[in-house]
Amino acid sequence: MDDFVIIARDLTRKFGDFVAVDSISFNVERGEIFGFLGANGAGKTTAMRMMCGLLMPTSGEIHVAGYNVKNETDAVKKSIGYMSQRFSLYNDLSVQENIDFYGGIYGLSKSTLKQRSQQLLDELDLHQDRSRLVSDLPLGIKQRLAFSTALIHDPSIVFLDEPTSGVDPLTRRQFWEMIQSAAERGITVLITTHYLDEAEYCQRISIMVDGRLAAYDTPENVRSTYSARTMDEVFLKITRKSS
Amino acid sequence: MKALPHLLKKEFRQIRRNKAMLPIIFIMPFVQLLILVNAADFEIRNIRIAFEDADRSKASQQLIARFTSSPYFNVLGMVNSATEGLSLLDRDKVTVVLRIPNGFERQLQSNHHTTLALDINGIDGQAAGLSRAYVGSIVREFQASITSRGQVGRGQASSGIDERYWYNSDLEYRNMMLPGLLVLLVTMVGLFLTSMNIVREIEMGTIEQINVTPIRKYEFIIGKLLPFWIIGLLELALGLTIGVLVYSIPIVGSVWLLFLFAMLYLPVIMGMGLIVSSITKTQQQAMFVSWFLMVIFLLMSGLFTPIENMPQWAQSITLFNPTAYFIKVVRLVLLKGSSLMDVAHEFGVITLFSIVMTTIAVLAYRKRVA
Repeated sequence: MDDFVIIARDLTRKFGDFVAVDSISFNVERGEIFGFLGANGAGKTTAMRMMCGLLMPTSGEIHVAGYNVKNETDAVKKSIGYMSQRFSLYNDLSVQENIDFYGGIYGLSKSTLKQRSQQLLDELDLHQDRSRLVSDLPLGIKQRLAFSTALIHDPSIVFLDEPTSGVDPLTRRQFWEMIQSAAERGITVLITTHYLDEAEYCQRISIMVDGRLAAYDTPENVRSTYSARTMDEVFLKITRKSS
Repeated sequence: MKALPHLLKKEFRQIRRNKAMLPIIFIMPFVQLLILVNAADFEIRNIRIAFEDADRSKASQQLIARFTSSPYFNVLGMVNSATEGLSLLDRDKVTVVLRIPNGFERQLQSNHHTTLALDINGIDGQAAGLSRAYVGSIVREFQASITSRGQVGRGQASSGIDERYWYNSDLEYRNMMLPGLLVLLVTMVGLFLTSMNIVREIEMGTIEQINVTPIRKYEFIIGKLLPFWIIGLLELALGLTIGVLVYSIPIVGSVWLLFLFAMLYLPVIMGMGLIVSSITKTQQQAMFVSWFLMVIFLLMSGLFTPIENMPQWAQSITLFNPTAYFIKVVRLVLLKGSSLMDVAHEFGVITLFSIVMTTIAVLAYRKRVA
């Protein structure tokens, strides 16, 4: 159990009569890249928002980084990073100002912040552009900067909600390289996506359909269970079965 | 509280970069005070008047002469009948027709009660009321002059209406208007900028990112409100400076007392702004709701129409209008030199409002975002 950094038990969220997440249970291991796949509206984002403490579950249990999200929200928040579906940096602040702001509110000391921000600017090769407003940067760079900023306080888990939607294939590739290098450093990555080919980058995946987990295993096992060659095929089989 | 300095630094940077907000913050006081003080002048001049003089006496000529020499009236001529007078009103040639009855001079001399008939175009009620008052005032002056000259026996004193109120010089009028506009400025900053600024974070989606950080809700709220509290007080200082330099308005009372009141008033308005931001999703909606509140606050504040003239039920509503208290205090302190003791009631009320409103606002905000 110690190696599980996320433990969800019968996690449920209702909005009025609508059941967005319907009693899902899963575990995520330390250092794993775990993918939440599914169509739009399948409940991926709702599930992720509950894991981050942004939304209270209607019922069920959720533990993140060893803390109960329901009543130890603050401890959870210090141990996680989050990149929402919508762009989360301030467009009217410069690259450096965004880094300083997020580093500051996580309580990093001046020297730590300076060192992290150097490292971050090195990785993204943004030293030249550190004083530019974020709004003036290309989308791909913005997304990568948002990801790095979500890691500024060195969290043990990072949640990425559809980080690659709307970016070009090259940027997607670079983005996944960043995710993999974060995982190599021991950061657990939980990512939602509707690009099914991205499933192959994940160690384990779950496929959500109408608020439930229709599949939950390694990509290879999921494919063989549904005797499919590609994830697209798996997805079509699952959605046909359920409808 | 460690996050607060970072939040404040970010807010001030964003305000400084906001190309729409910054000019408004600093140009608004100049526009409002330099243009509105002069434009929002309720005095009317050159009221077009015609006379129907059925008396054709020395007294009636003297009365008409008083109108001719008054800057407030533009005498357009004489009519021969009431019908002709009404027809001039119909065609909007004149706004007032004064009918002097036959026997006017005789009645004055025998000290009988005399009646003059006045026809006024009432489409603009406020202008009509002023015209009536101006006519009444000239008639009373006329009456007083012949009384003192002994043309009629001593008797009736002139009416109790305060003529100096209506013949307020432009300068004194500005003295009433300018303090009110200072309140308008402070209220706009508190309500609009606060509500729009918070909704902007929601609209852009950055609030999500803030909510996953360990920032406490109260830190976020203070970080959002404090900058506009400071800007609101700066606006007041700027407005007062313009008032003194351009209009030489008197500052009879204590400026510090005024600022103390503003410090308590702003949280009430900003609390309202916070509530607006909790019930709206876009800056457009926030703007619309803020306008709605603003119009009520202003029209019920006594800035344009005296609260004493409102019907009783409306007067009761103004008891809950923070803006009405501020307008009253600004005028009392600036023009009359009232001390803290004189306005203790207003201070008490605004302190209570401040506590109640910020509590409701913070609760409403927390409920929404949680």
